[in-house]
Amino acid sequence: MSRPRGQSWLAAAMLSPTMIVLALVVFYPLVAAMRESFYTSGQTLDADGFVVEGERFAGLANYAGVAGERFLNAALNTTLFTVVTVGLEVVLGVAMALVMQRAFRGRAILRASILVPWAVPTAVAGLMWKWIFQADGVANALLGTEILWTADGPWAKLAVVVADVWKTAPFVGLLVLAGLQIIPSEVYEAARVDGASAGQRFRRITLPLVKPALLVAVLFRLMDALRVFDLPYVLVGPRKHSVETLSGLIWDEATRVHYGPASAYGTALFVYIAVIAFVFVKLLGADLLSDVRQRRKEARDVG
Amino acid sequence: MWGRAGMIGIALYCLVPFYWMVVSSFRRTSDIYEISPLPSPWSLESYDAVFAEGMGFGRSLVNSLVVAGTTTAVTLVIGTLAAYALARLRFRGKNVILALVIAVSMFPGALLIVPLLKLFTSIGWINSYQAMIVPSMSFALPLTIWNLTTFFRQLPYDLEQAAMIDGCTPFAAFRRVMVPLAAPGIFTTAILAFIATWNEFIIAVTMVNDQDVQTATVRIAQFTGAAKFDTPFGTQMAAGVLVTIPLVLMVLFFQRRIVSGLTAGALK
Repeated sequence: MSRPRGQSWLAAAMLSPTMIVLALVVFYPLVAAMRESFYTSGQTLDADGFVVEGERFAGLANYAGVAGERFLNAALNTTLFTVVTVGLEVVLGVAMALVMQRAFRGRAILRASILVPWAVPTAVAGLMWKWIFQADGVANALLGTEILWTADGPWAKLAVVVADVWKTAPFVGLLVLAGLQIIPSEVYEAARVDGASAGQRFRRITLPLVKPALLVAVLFRLMDALRVFDLPYVLVGPRKHSVETLSGLIWDEATRVHYGPASAYGTALFVYIAVIAFVFVKLLGADLLSDVRQRRKEARDVG
Repeated sequence: MWGRAGMIGIALYCLVPFYWMVVSSFRRTSDIYEISPLPSPWSLESYDAVFAEGMGFGRSLVNSLVVAGTTTAVTLVIGTLAAYALARLRFRGKNVILALVIAVSMFPGALLIVPLLKLFTSIGWINSYQAMIVPSMSFALPLTIWNLTTFFRQLPYDLEQAAMIDGCTPFAAFRRVMVPLAAPGIFTTAILAFIATWNEFIIAVTMVNDQDVQTATVRIAQFTGAAKFDTPFGTQMAAGVLVTIPLVLMVLFFQRRIVSGLTAGALK
Protein backbone atom coordinates (compact mmCIF):
# COMPACT_ATOMS: atom_id res chain seq x y z
CA MET A 1 0.00 0.00 0.00
CA SER A 2 2.82 2.35 -0.86
CA ARG A 3 0.94 4.33 -3.47
CA PRO A 4 -1.93 6.02 -1.70
CA ARG A 5 -2.08 8.78 -4.31
CA GLY A 6 -2.44 6.32 -7.16
CA GLN A 7 -5.05 4.49 -5.14
CA SER A 8 -7.17 7.60 -4.70
CA TRP A 9 -7.30 8.06 -8.45
CA LEU A 10 -8.21 4.44 -8.99
CA ALA A 11 -10.85 4.63 -6.26
CA ALA A 12 -12.36 7.73 -7.84
CA ALA A 13 -12.47 6.02 -11.23
CA MET A 14 -14.03 2.87 -9.83
CA LEU A 15 -16.61 4.74 -7.78
CA SER A 16 -17.65 7.23 -10.44
CA PRO A 17 -20.15 4.99 -12.29
CA THR A 18 -21.93 4.31 -8.99
CA MET A 19 -21.94 7.99 -8.13
CA ILE A 20 -23.36 8.91 -11.52
CA VAL A 21 -26.14 6.34 -11.23
CA LEU A 22 -27.01 7.32 -7.68
CA ALA A 23 -26.99 10.98 -8.67
CA LEU A 24 -29.47 10.24 -11.46
CA VAL A 25 -31.83 7.86 -9.71
CA VAL A 26 -31.63 9.06 -6.12
CA PHE A 27 -30.25 12.55 -5.64
CA TYR A 28 -31.85 14.16 -8.66
CA PRO A 29 -35.32 12.83 -7.72
CA LEU A 30 -34.79 13.81 -4.10
CA VAL A 31 -33.88 17.40 -4.94
CA ALA A 32 -36.49 17.65 -7.69
CA ALA A 33 -39.21 16.36 -5.35
CA MET A 34 -38.26 18.82 -2.66
CA ARG A 35 -38.34 21.68 -5.16
CA GLU A 36 -41.58 20.45 -6.68
CA SER A 37 -43.22 20.40 -3.28
CA PHE A 38 -43.13 24.22 -3.27
CA TYR A 39 -44.62 24.64 -6.75
CA THR A 40 -47.99 24.17 -8.38
CA SER A 41 -48.46 23.26 -12.01
CA GLY A 42 -51.27 23.36 -14.49
CA GLN A 43 -53.68 26.15 -15.31
CA THR A 44 -54.44 28.72 -12.68
CA LEU A 45 -55.95 32.19 -12.73
CA ASP A 46 -53.74 35.09 -11.77
CA ALA A 47 -54.90 38.16 -9.81
CA ASP A 48 -56.30 39.82 -12.92
CA GLY A 49 -58.24 36.77 -13.98
CA PHE A 50 -55.86 35.70 -16.76
CA VAL A 51 -55.11 32.03 -17.28
CA VAL A 52 -51.54 31.21 -16.29
CA GLU A 53 -49.91 28.03 -17.57
CA GLY A 54 -46.91 26.23 -16.18
CA GLU A 55 -45.31 26.11 -12.80
CA ARG A 56 -45.76 28.70 -10.12
CA PHE A 57 -44.17 29.05 -6.73
CA ALA A 58 -46.77 28.03 -4.20
CA GLY A 59 -45.01 28.40 -0.88
CA LEU A 60 -46.32 25.90 1.59
CA ALA A 61 -49.65 25.40 -0.16
CA ASN A 62 -48.83 21.80 -1.07
CA TYR A 63 -48.02 21.08 2.54
CA ALA A 64 -51.52 22.11 3.63
CA GLY A 65 -52.59 18.51 3.02
CA VAL A 66 -50.10 17.29 5.61
CA ALA A 67 -52.52 18.51 8.29
CA GLY A 68 -55.46 17.02 6.38
CA GLU A 69 -57.43 13.98 7.41
CA ARG A 70 -56.23 11.75 4.58
CA PHE A 71 -52.53 12.35 5.23
CA LEU A 72 -52.89 11.96 9.00
CA ASN A 73 -54.85 8.76 8.51
CA ALA A 74 -52.14 7.41 6.18
CA ALA A 75 -49.44 8.43 8.66
CA LEU A 76 -51.30 6.71 11.47
CA ASN A 77 -51.84 3.56 9.38
CA THR A 78 -48.16 3.47 8.44
CA THR A 79 -47.01 3.97 12.02
CA LEU A 80 -49.41 1.40 13.43
CA PHE A 81 -48.42 -1.11 10.75
CA THR A 82 -44.72 -0.51 11.44
CA VAL A 83 -44.95 -0.81 15.23
CA VAL A 84 -47.15 -3.90 15.20
CA THR A 85 -45.41 -5.84 12.43
CA VAL A 86 -41.85 -5.08 13.52
CA GLY A 87 -42.76 -5.94 17.12
CA LEU A 88 -44.33 -9.26 16.16
CA GLU A 89 -41.54 -10.07 13.72
CA VAL A 90 -38.88 -9.54 16.37
CA VAL A 91 -40.64 -11.77 18.90
CA LEU A 92 -41.39 -14.51 16.35
CA GLY A 93 -37.99 -14.13 14.70
CA VAL A 94 -36.11 -14.59 17.98
CA ALA A 95 -38.29 -17.60 18.84
CA MET A 96 -37.63 -19.16 15.43
CA ALA A 97 -33.91 -18.51 15.70
CA LEU A 98 -33.76 -20.21 19.10
CA VAL A 99 -35.52 -23.26 17.70
CA MET A 100 -33.33 -23.37 14.59
CA GLN A 101 -30.16 -23.04 16.62
CA ARG A 102 -30.92 -26.37 18.29
CA ALA A 103 -31.95 -28.12 15.12
CA PHE A 104 -29.31 -30.44 13.74
CA ARG A 105 -31.20 -33.01 11.77
CA GLY A 106 -33.42 -31.50 9.12
CA ARG A 107 -31.65 -28.17 9.29
CA ALA A 108 -31.37 -27.88 5.50
CA ILE A 109 -35.07 -28.54 5.03
CA LEU A 110 -35.88 -26.02 7.73
CA ARG A 111 -33.65 -23.42 6.14
CA ALA A 112 -35.16 -23.99 2.70
CA SER A 113 -38.70 -23.70 4.04
CA ILE A 114 -37.88 -20.56 5.99
CA LEU A 115 -36.69 -18.93 2.78
CA VAL A 116 -39.98 -19.60 0.99
CA PRO A 117 -41.95 -16.68 2.51
CA TRP A 118 -38.97 -14.43 1.81
CA ALA A 119 -38.78 -15.54 -1.83
CA VAL A 120 -42.50 -15.17 -2.60
CA PRO A 121 -42.90 -11.76 -4.26
CA THR A 122 -44.80 -9.36 -2.02
CA ALA A 123 -47.46 -8.85 -4.68
CA VAL A 124 -48.00 -12.61 -4.89
CA ALA A 125 -48.06 -12.88 -1.09
CA GLY A 126 -50.71 -10.16 -1.11
CA LEU A 127 -52.86 -12.12 -3.57
CA MET A 128 -52.30 -15.34 -1.67
CA TRP A 129 -53.53 -13.83 1.59
CA LYS A 130 -56.36 -12.06 -0.20
CA TRP A 131 -57.50 -15.49 -1.33
CA ILE A 132 -57.06 -17.01 2.15
CA PHE A 133 -58.97 -14.08 3.67
CA GLN A 134 -61.85 -14.14 1.19
CA ALA A 135 -65.33 -13.98 2.70
CA ASP A 136 -65.89 -17.62 1.62
CA GLY A 137 -62.21 -18.42 2.05
CA VAL A 138 -60.28 -20.85 4.17
CA ALA A 139 -59.51 -18.43 7.04
CA ASN A 140 -63.18 -17.83 7.80
CA ALA A 141 -63.93 -21.53 7.33
CA LEU A 142 -61.26 -22.58 9.83
CA LEU A 143 -62.10 -19.84 12.32
CA GLY A 144 -65.84 -20.35 11.94
CA THR A 145 -66.28 -16.63 11.35
CA GLU A 146 -67.81 -14.52 8.61
CA ILE A 147 -65.42 -11.60 8.64
CA LEU A 148 -64.92 -9.42 5.56
CA TRP A 149 -61.14 -9.31 5.91
CA THR A 150 -60.31 -7.76 2.58
CA ALA A 151 -63.02 -5.09 2.55
CA ASP A 152 -62.15 -1.60 3.74
CA GLY A 153 -62.40 -1.73 7.54
CA PRO A 154 -60.54 -2.57 10.76
CA TRP A 155 -60.18 -6.26 9.88
CA ALA A 156 -58.26 -5.30 6.74
CA LYS A 157 -55.53 -3.84 8.94
CA LEU A 158 -55.19 -7.19 10.68
CA ALA A 159 -55.10 -9.06 7.37
CA VAL A 160 -52.23 -6.84 6.14
CA VAL A 161 -50.35 -7.33 9.41
CA VAL A 162 -50.75 -11.13 9.24
CA ALA A 163 -49.52 -11.23 5.65
CA ASP A 164 -46.48 -9.08 6.40
CA VAL A 165 -45.54 -10.98 9.55
CA TRP A 166 -45.83 -14.27 7.67
CA LYS A 167 -43.52 -13.00 4.96
CA THR A 168 -40.90 -11.30 7.11
CA ALA A 169 -40.67 -12.96 10.54
CA PRO A 170 -38.67 -15.91 9.11
CA PHE A 171 -36.24 -13.45 7.54
CA VAL A 172 -35.71 -11.76 10.93
CA GLY A 173 -35.26 -15.27 12.33
CA LEU A 174 -32.43 -15.94 9.87
CA LEU A 175 -30.65 -12.71 10.81
CA VAL A 176 -30.99 -13.43 14.53
CA LEU A 177 -29.80 -17.00 13.97
CA ALA A 178 -26.65 -15.65 12.33
CA GLY A 179 -26.14 -13.49 15.42
CA LEU A 180 -26.70 -16.47 17.74
CA GLN A 181 -24.19 -18.61 15.93
CA ILE A 182 -21.28 -16.35 16.79
CA ILE A 183 -21.90 -16.82 20.54
CA PRO A 184 -19.35 -19.39 21.70
CA SER A 185 -20.92 -22.41 23.34
CA GLU A 186 -18.41 -22.23 26.24
CA VAL A 187 -20.27 -19.18 27.52
CA TYR A 188 -23.40 -21.28 27.93
CA GLU A 189 -21.44 -24.16 29.42
CA ALA A 190 -19.93 -21.87 32.04
CA ALA A 191 -23.31 -20.37 32.89
CA ARG A 192 -24.85 -23.82 33.22
CA VAL A 193 -22.04 -24.95 35.49
CA ASP A 194 -22.64 -21.87 37.60
CA GLY A 195 -26.28 -22.93 37.94
CA ALA A 196 -27.99 -20.41 35.63
CA SER A 197 -31.51 -21.46 34.61
CA ALA A 198 -32.62 -21.54 30.98
CA GLY A 199 -34.50 -18.26 31.48
CA GLN A 200 -31.46 -16.61 33.05
CA ARG A 201 -29.20 -17.84 30.28
CA PHE A 202 -31.58 -16.33 27.71
CA ARG A 203 -31.89 -12.97 29.46
CA ARG A 204 -28.31 -12.59 30.64
CA ILE A 205 -26.35 -14.16 27.79
CA THR A 206 -28.36 -14.68 24.62
CA LEU A 207 -30.18 -11.36 24.52
CA PRO A 208 -27.22 -9.06 25.28
CA LEU A 209 -24.94 -10.90 22.89
CA VAL A 210 -27.45 -11.08 20.07
CA LYS A 211 -28.57 -7.48 20.60
CA PRO A 212 -26.29 -5.84 18.00
CA ALA A 213 -27.44 -8.23 15.26
CA LEU A 214 -31.04 -7.78 16.35
CA LEU A 215 -30.80 -3.98 16.33
CA VAL A 216 -29.46 -3.90 12.80
CA ALA A 217 -32.28 -6.22 11.71
CA VAL A 218 -34.85 -4.02 13.45
CA LEU A 219 -33.46 -0.87 11.83
CA PHE A 220 -33.70 -2.42 8.37
CA ARG A 221 -37.22 -3.69 9.08
CA LEU A 222 -38.34 -0.29 10.40
CA MET A 223 -37.15 1.44 7.25
CA ASP A 224 -38.89 -1.17 5.10
CA ALA A 225 -42.16 -1.09 7.01
CA LEU A 226 -42.37 2.72 6.97
CA ARG A 227 -42.37 2.76 3.17
CA VAL A 228 -44.71 -0.22 2.68
CA PHE A 229 -46.79 0.01 -0.48
CA ASP A 230 -47.46 -3.20 -2.40
CA LEU A 231 -48.92 -5.42 0.32
CA PRO A 232 -51.95 -3.24 1.22
CA TYR A 233 -52.28 -2.25 -2.46
CA VAL A 234 -52.70 -5.85 -3.58
CA LEU A 235 -54.35 -7.36 -0.52
CA VAL A 236 -57.03 -4.73 0.01
CA GLY A 237 -56.66 -2.27 -2.83
CA PRO A 238 -55.50 1.26 -3.59
CA ARG A 239 -57.31 4.23 -1.99
CA LYS A 240 -58.69 2.15 0.86
CA HIS A 241 -58.99 4.35 3.94
CA SER A 242 -58.30 1.67 6.53
CA VAL A 243 -55.01 0.49 5.01
CA GLU A 244 -53.78 3.44 2.96
CA THR A 245 -50.12 4.02 3.81
CA LEU A 246 -48.04 7.13 3.19
CA SER A 247 -46.43 5.50 0.15
CA GLY A 248 -49.89 4.59 -1.11
CA LEU A 249 -51.11 8.17 -0.73
CA ILE A 250 -48.03 9.58 -2.49
CA TRP A 251 -48.41 7.07 -5.32
CA ASP A 252 -52.09 7.94 -5.72
CA GLU A 253 -51.42 11.69 -5.90
CA ALA A 254 -48.52 11.16 -8.33
CA THR A 255 -50.55 9.01 -10.72
CA ARG A 256 -53.31 11.65 -10.73
CA VAL A 257 -50.62 14.11 -11.86
CA HIS A 258 -50.91 16.04 -8.56
CA TYR A 259 -47.12 16.32 -8.48
CA GLY A 260 -47.09 19.20 -5.98
CA PRO A 261 -48.96 17.48 -3.16
CA ALA A 262 -47.33 14.13 -4.02
CA SER A 263 -43.89 15.73 -3.63
CA ALA A 264 -44.89 17.46 -0.41
CA TYR A 265 -46.15 14.17 1.07
CA GLY A 266 -43.07 12.38 -0.23
CA THR A 267 -40.81 14.92 1.41
CA ALA A 268 -42.77 14.52 4.64
CA LEU A 269 -42.35 10.73 4.48
CA PHE A 270 -38.64 11.15 3.79
CA VAL A 271 -38.27 13.42 6.83
CA TYR A 272 -40.31 11.00 8.95
CA ILE A 273 -38.09 8.05 7.97
CA ALA A 274 -34.92 10.09 8.45
CA VAL A 275 -36.04 11.19 11.94
CA ILE A 276 -36.90 7.62 12.97
CA ALA A 277 -33.55 6.36 11.68
CA PHE A 278 -31.72 9.20 13.43
CA VAL A 279 -33.49 8.65 16.76
CA PHE A 280 -32.98 4.90 16.50
CA VAL A 281 -29.26 5.23 15.84
CA LYS A 282 -28.95 7.94 18.50
CA LEU A 283 -30.76 5.96 21.19
CA LEU A 284 -29.16 2.64 20.39
CA GLY A 285 -26.14 3.96 18.54
CA ALA A 286 -23.73 2.84 21.23
CA ASP A 287 -24.67 -0.75 20.52
CA LEU A 288 -24.56 -0.35 16.77
CA LEU A 289 -21.19 1.35 16.97
CA SER A 290 -19.73 -1.16 19.38
CA ASP A 291 -20.69 -3.80 16.88
CA VAL A 292 -18.92 -1.92 14.11
CA ARG A 293 -15.85 -1.42 16.28
CA GLN A 294 -15.83 -5.09 17.22
CA ARG A 295 -15.99 -6.09 13.57
CA ARG A 296 -13.27 -3.67 12.66
CA LYS A 297 -11.08 -5.22 15.31
CA GLU A 298 -11.86 -8.69 13.96
CA ALA A 299 -11.02 -7.51 10.47
CA ARG A 300 -7.71 -6.12 11.69
CA ASP A 301 -6.87 -9.32 13.52
CA VAL A 302 -7.64 -11.34 10.43
CA GLY A 303 -6.04 -8.98 7.97
CA MET B 1 -38.92 -33.37 21.66
CA TRP B 2 -39.78 -29.75 22.37
CA GLY B 3 -37.32 -28.59 19.75
CA ARG B 4 -38.80 -31.01 17.24
CA ALA B 5 -42.27 -29.55 17.76
CA GLY B 6 -40.80 -26.08 17.27
CA MET B 7 -39.14 -27.10 14.02
CA ILE B 8 -42.34 -28.60 12.67
CA GLY B 9 -44.19 -25.48 13.77
CA ILE B 10 -41.80 -23.23 11.85
CA ALA B 11 -41.98 -25.36 8.72
CA LEU B 12 -45.80 -25.38 8.84
CA TYR B 13 -45.90 -21.64 9.47
CA CYS B 14 -43.75 -20.99 6.41
CA LEU B 15 -45.21 -23.55 4.05
CA VAL B 16 -48.93 -23.91 4.78
CA PRO B 17 -50.09 -20.59 3.24
CA PHE B 18 -47.92 -21.29 0.21
CA TYR B 19 -49.28 -24.82 0.05
CA TRP B 20 -52.79 -23.40 0.02
CA MET B 21 -51.93 -21.27 -3.00
CA VAL B 22 -50.55 -24.32 -4.84
CA VAL B 23 -53.57 -26.51 -3.94
CA SER B 24 -56.03 -23.80 -4.98
CA SER B 25 -54.28 -23.39 -8.31
CA PHE B 26 -55.05 -27.04 -9.14
CA ARG B 27 -58.79 -26.87 -8.39
CA ARG B 28 -61.46 -26.35 -11.00
CA THR B 29 -63.10 -22.92 -11.02
CA SER B 30 -66.35 -24.57 -9.99
CA ASP B 31 -64.86 -25.96 -6.76
CA ILE B 32 -62.37 -23.22 -6.02
CA TYR B 33 -64.02 -22.59 -2.62
CA GLU B 34 -63.61 -26.20 -1.46
CA ILE B 35 -61.47 -26.54 1.63
CA SER B 36 -60.37 -30.14 1.23
CA PRO B 37 -56.58 -30.47 1.75
CA LEU B 38 -56.12 -31.85 -1.77
CA PRO B 39 -57.96 -30.83 -4.91
CA SER B 40 -60.54 -33.32 -6.13
CA PRO B 41 -60.39 -33.69 -8.99
CA TRP B 42 -57.04 -32.21 -9.93
CA SER B 43 -57.37 -29.77 -12.77
CA LEU B 44 -55.15 -27.61 -14.95
CA GLU B 45 -58.03 -25.30 -15.77
CA SER B 46 -56.45 -22.33 -13.98
CA TYR B 47 -53.11 -22.86 -15.72
CA ASP B 48 -54.86 -22.94 -19.08
CA ALA B 49 -56.60 -19.70 -18.14
CA VAL B 50 -53.29 -18.05 -17.21
CA PHE B 51 -51.90 -18.61 -20.66
CA ALA B 52 -55.15 -17.82 -22.45
CA GLU B 53 -54.95 -15.10 -25.05
CA GLY B 54 -55.48 -11.61 -23.76
CA MET B 55 -54.07 -12.36 -20.30
CA GLY B 56 -50.58 -11.41 -21.42
CA PHE B 57 -49.03 -13.52 -18.69
CA GLY B 58 -46.33 -15.22 -20.78
CA ARG B 59 -45.33 -11.86 -22.12
CA SER B 60 -45.16 -10.39 -18.62
CA LEU B 61 -42.80 -13.19 -17.52
CA VAL B 62 -40.48 -12.27 -20.39
CA ASN B 63 -40.74 -8.61 -19.37
CA SER B 64 -39.85 -9.46 -15.77
CA LEU B 65 -36.90 -11.48 -16.99
CA VAL B 66 -35.64 -8.64 -19.17
CA VAL B 67 -36.06 -6.00 -16.46
CA ALA B 68 -34.63 -8.06 -13.59
CA GLY B 69 -31.87 -9.54 -15.76
CA THR B 70 -30.69 -6.23 -17.20
CA THR B 71 -30.86 -4.45 -13.85
CA THR B 72 -28.87 -7.23 -12.20
CA ALA B 73 -26.21 -7.30 -14.92
CA VAL B 74 -25.67 -3.53 -15.05
CA THR B 75 -25.75 -3.23 -11.27
CA LEU B 76 -23.20 -6.01 -10.84
CA VAL B 77 -20.68 -4.41 -13.17
CA ILE B 78 -20.98 -0.98 -11.57
CA GLY B 79 -21.33 -2.34 -8.05
CA THR B 80 -18.32 -4.66 -8.24
CA LEU B 81 -16.07 -1.74 -9.16
CA ALA B 82 -17.41 0.38 -6.33
CA ALA B 83 -17.31 -2.43 -3.78
CA TYR B 84 -13.70 -3.26 -4.59
CA ALA B 85 -12.67 0.37 -4.15
CA LEU B 86 -14.57 0.60 -0.87
CA ALA B 87 -13.21 -2.67 0.49
CA ARG B 88 -9.59 -2.67 -0.65
CA LEU B 89 -8.32 0.75 -1.67
CA ARG B 90 -7.16 3.52 0.61
CA PHE B 91 -8.65 6.93 0.04
CA ARG B 92 -10.27 9.70 1.99
CA GLY B 93 -14.02 9.89 2.44
CA LYS B 94 -14.52 6.14 2.27
CA ASN B 95 -16.76 5.99 5.31
CA VAL B 96 -18.86 8.88 4.03
CA ILE B 97 -19.51 7.00 0.80
CA LEU B 98 -20.32 3.79 2.67
CA ALA B 99 -22.77 5.67 4.91
CA LEU B 100 -24.28 7.28 1.82
CA VAL B 101 -24.82 3.89 0.20
CA ILE B 102 -26.63 2.62 3.30
CA ALA B 103 -28.68 5.80 3.57
CA VAL B 104 -29.71 5.50 -0.07
CA SER B 105 -31.01 1.98 0.49
CA MET B 106 -33.43 3.40 3.06
CA PHE B 107 -34.94 6.03 0.75
CA PRO B 108 -38.68 5.65 0.21
CA GLY B 109 -39.35 4.57 -3.38
CA ALA B 110 -42.61 6.54 -3.32
CA LEU B 111 -40.67 9.81 -3.09
CA LEU B 112 -38.31 8.90 -5.93
CA ILE B 113 -41.07 7.94 -8.36
CA VAL B 114 -42.78 11.34 -8.27
CA PRO B 115 -40.08 13.36 -10.11
CA LEU B 116 -39.09 10.33 -12.18
CA LEU B 117 -42.67 9.86 -13.35
CA LYS B 118 -42.75 13.51 -14.40
CA LEU B 119 -39.35 13.23 -16.09
CA PHE B 120 -40.13 9.97 -17.91
CA THR B 121 -43.46 11.38 -19.09
CA SER B 122 -41.71 14.35 -20.64
CA ILE B 123 -39.00 12.30 -22.38
CA GLY B 124 -41.40 9.60 -23.59
CA TRP B 125 -40.08 6.79 -21.45
CA ILE B 126 -43.44 5.73 -20.04
CA ASN B 127 -44.19 2.12 -21.01
CA SER B 128 -40.55 1.30 -21.70
CA TYR B 129 -38.18 -1.18 -20.09
CA GLN B 130 -35.67 1.50 -19.19
CA ALA B 131 -38.32 3.32 -17.16
CA MET B 132 -38.28 0.30 -14.83
CA ILE B 133 -34.62 -0.66 -15.11
CA VAL B 134 -33.08 2.72 -14.30
CA PRO B 135 -35.11 3.46 -11.13
CA SER B 136 -34.68 -0.15 -9.96
CA MET B 137 -30.99 0.53 -9.62
CA SER B 138 -31.81 2.85 -6.71
CA PHE B 139 -32.33 -0.20 -4.51
CA ALA B 140 -30.35 -2.86 -6.41
CA LEU B 141 -27.11 -0.89 -6.44
CA PRO B 142 -26.84 -0.23 -2.67
CA LEU B 143 -27.71 -3.89 -2.02
CA THR B 144 -25.00 -5.03 -4.44
CA ILE B 145 -22.31 -2.68 -3.15
CA TRP B 146 -23.05 -3.50 0.47
CA ASN B 147 -22.88 -7.26 -0.07
CA LEU B 148 -19.81 -7.22 -2.27
CA THR B 149 -17.91 -4.83 0.00
CA THR B 150 -18.36 -7.33 2.82
CA PHE B 151 -17.23 -10.10 0.53
CA PHE B 152 -14.15 -8.35 -0.85
CA ARG B 153 -13.05 -7.51 2.71
CA GLN B 154 -12.89 -11.18 3.59
CA LEU B 155 -10.49 -12.08 0.78
CA PRO B 156 -6.81 -12.41 1.68
CA TYR B 157 -4.54 -9.49 0.86
CA ASP B 158 -1.51 -11.60 -0.11
CA LEU B 159 -2.64 -12.56 -3.60
CA GLU B 160 -3.37 -9.07 -4.72
CA GLN B 161 -0.07 -7.85 -3.33
CA ALA B 162 1.77 -10.69 -5.01
CA ALA B 163 0.14 -9.73 -8.29
CA MET B 164 1.22 -6.12 -7.88
CA ILE B 165 4.76 -7.13 -6.96
CA ASP B 166 4.78 -9.17 -10.16
CA GLY B 167 4.06 -5.96 -12.01
CA CYS B 168 0.29 -5.84 -12.24
CA THR B 169 -1.30 -2.44 -11.92
CA PRO B 170 -3.86 -2.22 -9.10
CA PHE B 171 -6.66 -2.38 -11.65
CA ALA B 172 -5.16 -5.44 -13.33
CA ALA B 173 -4.83 -7.05 -9.90
CA PHE B 174 -8.52 -6.36 -9.38
CA ARG B 175 -9.59 -7.71 -12.75
CA ARG B 176 -7.33 -10.75 -13.05
CA VAL B 177 -7.01 -11.81 -9.42
CA MET B 178 -9.79 -10.40 -7.28
CA VAL B 179 -12.80 -10.74 -9.57
CA PRO B 180 -12.22 -14.46 -10.17
CA LEU B 181 -11.69 -14.96 -6.43
CA ALA B 182 -14.86 -13.04 -5.66
CA ALA B 183 -16.94 -15.02 -8.18
CA PRO B 184 -18.93 -16.89 -5.49
CA GLY B 185 -19.77 -13.62 -3.74
CA ILE B 186 -20.69 -11.96 -7.02
CA PHE B 187 -22.93 -14.90 -7.85
CA THR B 188 -24.70 -14.73 -4.48
CA THR B 189 -25.18 -11.00 -4.87
CA ALA B 190 -26.57 -11.55 -8.36
CA ILE B 191 -29.21 -13.90 -6.95
CA LEU B 192 -30.21 -11.41 -4.27
CA ALA B 193 -30.34 -8.48 -6.71
CA PHE B 194 -32.31 -10.53 -9.23
CA ILE B 195 -34.89 -11.61 -6.65
CA ALA B 196 -35.23 -8.04 -5.35
CA THR B 197 -35.83 -6.67 -8.86
CA TRP B 198 -38.10 -9.55 -9.87
CA ASN B 199 -40.30 -8.75 -6.84
CA GLU B 200 -40.31 -4.98 -7.42
CA PHE B 201 -43.77 -3.44 -7.60
CA ILE B 202 -44.16 0.31 -7.03
CA ILE B 203 -41.88 1.40 -9.89
CA ALA B 204 -43.38 -1.10 -12.33
CA VAL B 205 -46.96 -0.21 -11.47
CA THR B 206 -46.22 3.52 -11.83
CA MET B 207 -44.10 3.71 -14.96
CA VAL B 208 -45.98 1.20 -17.10
CA ASN B 209 -49.67 0.86 -17.89
CA ASP B 210 -49.34 -0.94 -21.22
CA GLN B 211 -50.07 -4.62 -20.73
CA ASP B 212 -47.36 -5.60 -23.23
CA VAL B 213 -44.60 -4.08 -21.11
CA GLN B 214 -45.92 -4.88 -17.62
CA THR B 215 -43.88 -7.16 -15.38
CA ALA B 216 -45.40 -10.32 -13.95
CA THR B 217 -45.99 -9.07 -10.40
CA VAL B 218 -48.06 -6.14 -11.70
CA ARG B 219 -49.84 -8.16 -14.38
CA ILE B 220 -51.09 -10.79 -11.93
CA ALA B 221 -52.43 -8.15 -9.56
CA GLN B 222 -54.43 -6.69 -12.45
CA PHE B 223 -55.97 -9.91 -13.74
CA THR B 224 -59.69 -9.46 -14.11
CA GLY B 225 -62.30 -12.11 -14.54
CA ALA B 226 -65.16 -12.33 -17.02
CA ALA B 227 -67.19 -9.86 -14.99
CA LYS B 228 -65.46 -6.72 -13.79
CA PHE B 229 -65.80 -7.37 -10.04
CA ASP B 230 -65.30 -11.08 -10.29
CA THR B 231 -61.74 -11.77 -9.13
CA PRO B 232 -60.35 -14.86 -10.91
CA PHE B 233 -58.70 -16.38 -7.84
CA GLY B 234 -57.82 -19.71 -9.45
CA THR B 235 -56.03 -17.93 -12.28
CA GLN B 236 -54.25 -15.62 -9.87
CA MET B 237 -53.08 -18.52 -7.72
CA ALA B 238 -51.79 -20.41 -10.77
CA ALA B 239 -49.96 -17.31 -11.98
CA GLY B 240 -48.63 -16.71 -8.46
CA VAL B 241 -47.25 -20.25 -8.36
CA LEU B 242 -45.61 -19.81 -11.78
CA VAL B 243 -43.98 -16.50 -10.78
CA THR B 244 -42.73 -17.93 -7.50
CA ILE B 245 -41.45 -21.29 -8.79
CA PRO B 246 -38.20 -19.93 -10.27
CA LEU B 247 -37.49 -18.17 -6.98
CA VAL B 248 -38.28 -21.24 -4.89
CA LEU B 249 -35.98 -23.32 -7.11
CA MET B 250 -33.20 -20.78 -6.63
CA VAL B 251 -33.80 -20.94 -2.90
CA LEU B 252 -33.59 -24.75 -2.91
CA PHE B 253 -30.40 -24.86 -4.97
CA PHE B 254 -28.56 -21.94 -3.41
CA GLN B 255 -29.99 -21.76 0.10
CA ARG B 256 -26.62 -21.77 1.81
CA ARG B 257 -25.32 -18.93 -0.34
CA ILE B 258 -28.52 -16.93 -0.04
CA VAL B 259 -28.53 -17.18 3.73
CA SER B 260 -24.88 -16.16 3.96
CA GLY B 261 -25.49 -13.29 1.55
CA LEU B 262 -28.56 -12.05 3.39
CA THR B 263 -26.95 -12.17 6.79
CA ALA B 264 -23.64 -10.71 5.63
CA GLY B 265 -25.39 -7.82 3.93
CA ALA B 266 -27.48 -7.02 6.94
CA LEU B 267 -25.07 -7.73 9.73
CA LYS B 268 -21.67 -6.52 8.66
